[in-house]
Amino acid sequence: MAYPTQGAGRDGTQDDTLMSLRGVTLAFGPKVIQKDISFDIRRGSIFAVMGGSGCGKSTVLKSMIGLLRPAAGDYLVDGDAYWTADAAHREAVSRRFGVLFQSAALWSSLTVGENVALPMQMLTKMDPATIRDQVELKLGLVGMLHTIDQYPSELSGGMKKRAGLARAMALDPDILFFDEPSAGLDPITSARLDDLILNLRDGLGATIVIVSHELPSLFAIADDGIFLDAKTRTPIAHGAPSWLRDHCDEPQVHAFMHRERETESGRTD
Amino acid sequence: MSPGPRRLPVFSAPATGALRYGEPVNTTDHGPEWSLETGGNANVIVLSGDWIAQQGHIPDFPSDGLRQARPGQPLAFRTDGLGRWDTGMIGFLWALKQGAAQAHLDLDTETLPDAARKLLDLLPDRPAPHGPPPRRRFAPLAAIGGSTIDGLTEIGTVTELGIETARGGMASLTGRGRMRLTDLMSNIRDAGPSALVIVSVVNFLVGAILAFVGAVQLRKFAADIYVASLVGIAMVREMSAVMTAIIMAGRTGGAYAARIATMQGNEEIDALTVFGIPVSSYLILPSILSLTATMPFLYLYGSLVGMLGGFAVAISMLSVTGAGYLHQTLNAVALDQFAFGFVKSIFFAILIGLTSCRIGLRAGRSAADVGVAATRAVVVGIVGVIALDAIFAIIATTIGL
Ligand SMILES: Nc1ncnc2c1ncn2[C@@H]1O[C@H](COP(=O)(O)OP(=O)(O)O)[C@@H](O)[C@H]1O
Ligand SMILES: [Mg+2]
Repeated sequence: MAYPTQGAGRDGTQDDTLMSLRGVTLAFGPKVIQKDISFDIRRGSIFAVMGGSGCGKSTVLKSMIGLLRPAAGDYLVDGDAYWTADAAHREAVSRRFGVLFQSAALWSSLTVGENVALPMQMLTKMDPATIRDQVELKLGLVGMLHTIDQYPSELSGGMKKRAGLARAMALDPDILFFDEPSAGLDPITSARLDDLILNLRDGLGATIVIVSHELPSLFAIADDGIFLDAKTRTPIAHGAPSWLRDHCDEPQVHAFMHRERETESGRTD
Repeated sequence: MSPGPRRLPVFSAPATGALRYGEPVNTTDHGPEWSLETGGNANVIVLSGDWIAQQGHIPDFPSDGLRQARPGQPLAFRTDGLGRWDTGMIGFLWALKQGAAQAHLDLDTETLPDAARKLLDLLPDRPAPHGPPPRRRFAPLAAIGGSTIDGLTEIGTVTELGIETARGGMASLTGRGRMRLTDLMSNIRDAGPSALVIVSVVNFLVGAILAFVGAVQLRKFAADIYVASLVGIAMVREMSAVMTAIIMAGRTGGAYAARIATMQGNEEIDALTVFGIPVSSYLILPSILSLTATMPFLYLYGSLVGMLGGFAVAISMLSVTGAGYLHQTLNAVALDQFAFGFVKSIFFAILIGLTSCRIGLRAGRSAADVGVAATRAVVVGIVGVIALDAIFAIIATTIGL
């Protein structure tokens, strides 16, 4: 590949690849956000999508969870094309996804507990008692049990994020997408969240795709990642954040990983 | 003596001067002034006076302001006479910086007050260019064609949404329940009982108005008693159903559209989509069902209240007895008239529910879009109800109902 890539030439045995993007271009109408994105996500890995604000990280996530059809390129889940498949197949695949949105996107007319319960009520045949137990379990995992009867408008930004995390886990998905999960959390909760994410991966065998700016947590948990550049609108580096920190000379990436000011104009904060 | 507020120890540097930027302040009483001095082989910009943006009078830096400057010499500043200043001066300096760049002069910002230099350094070299706004071409044929296609597509989408919702309804009936009863109950509560007051007031007045209008005409023929027939038939066949539907379009339809549009803006609809929770059975079905469950009864209630309004006017203005009015009403209004209005109400409910949800779903993601969606839902609801009523009138005439 043309840009710095960790483990380039590693013999890519296909069966450990869960999802791949092949030359994906994302656009809103005529406005191209990112082009020529290609990467594979290994089963059970924690994959980081990195880059400056506004470079299109959330947009990449949006296309991976089925909300934005790519303008070009292929997206494969377990070897099957996602976007060219029929709606039923896409829905079946999407049932394996759990998503924490950047804005948390809790349903504002429901309490926190009802937010976690709704997918189970609508999509499964679980009985109310089991659902109640599951809701308490999932809110307990993120430390939000005490807010079970509160409405989203009564929560702080970080609490919404954690409630959203609990909701993302509602149906025990095996692929989790987190858009800036620790933004707005205090350092201690944020560190606990890292542990939670690692435990989820290990405990549930989930694969996790994460958008994050928290360098310490990226270095601690992510095994692989892609770096999107805002100016050229395309990925410019590929590898684990800690590997990129130590081995990538690309100035944008270097500046991001070392929290430095960039030499040229444009910021990566 | 009260203890007074406890003071926390303060660890901070002593506050610098009265002014925000901490520079020594001259007190001047004149406005902003500047000049370019080119004596002694140097370019010096002299700044004096108060440069406060909100007091106005900040000069524009003229595009030829540096024509007199000696080429090749840096531009320095002298600020002895400078009084108070804020971002007003920085704006001026920014324009000056661009002028200097064009004239290929270096700017010696070291001679500026420290704070001013720091602010100036934050600014990019030139402001974002804003070109003329894109011109809209006037192409009537393309516009008509485009809106026709849009209209037809929209009709198709709404139909599809209706079918999908109906399918969700069937699924709920056969027990593969994907709709939550709590959502339906709370929707019914919002749509029904809380609309009773406005439905009563409007229908009572409409009945009374009809009686007034009828009375004036019918009294000429000494046919006072027929006011009862007029009010009864008009309320039951048309007015109550249409008035109630218009009220519900304004009240409930607008609220549904606004709620769904807000959910759109908060990515709440996206969250439903990703889970695979069908919007049709979580949002649309309860909305439509609650309207279809309440509107026919509001219609019946509205008819009765309307006749009551007519009754009140008739016995106070005309030579009609209460028993006579009642008798005449029962004679004139057959039961199938009620059935006709009842059925119409159900169709109005489906129309209002479906269009308002659809309009909310296709709304944009900003606060203004929520307002637009609510307004549009009300307008489309009212026009749709009246148009549908006209269609019903034609059908009724054709089949002789
Ligand atoms: N719905 C949309 N329509 C048009 N442009 C959008 C939309 N959503 C995001 N964008 C644009 O896409 C770019 C990337 O946005 P986003 O993916 O949210 O960035 P980030 O990397 O900060 O998550 C931004 O320039 C934004 O303006
Ligand atoms: Mg984002």
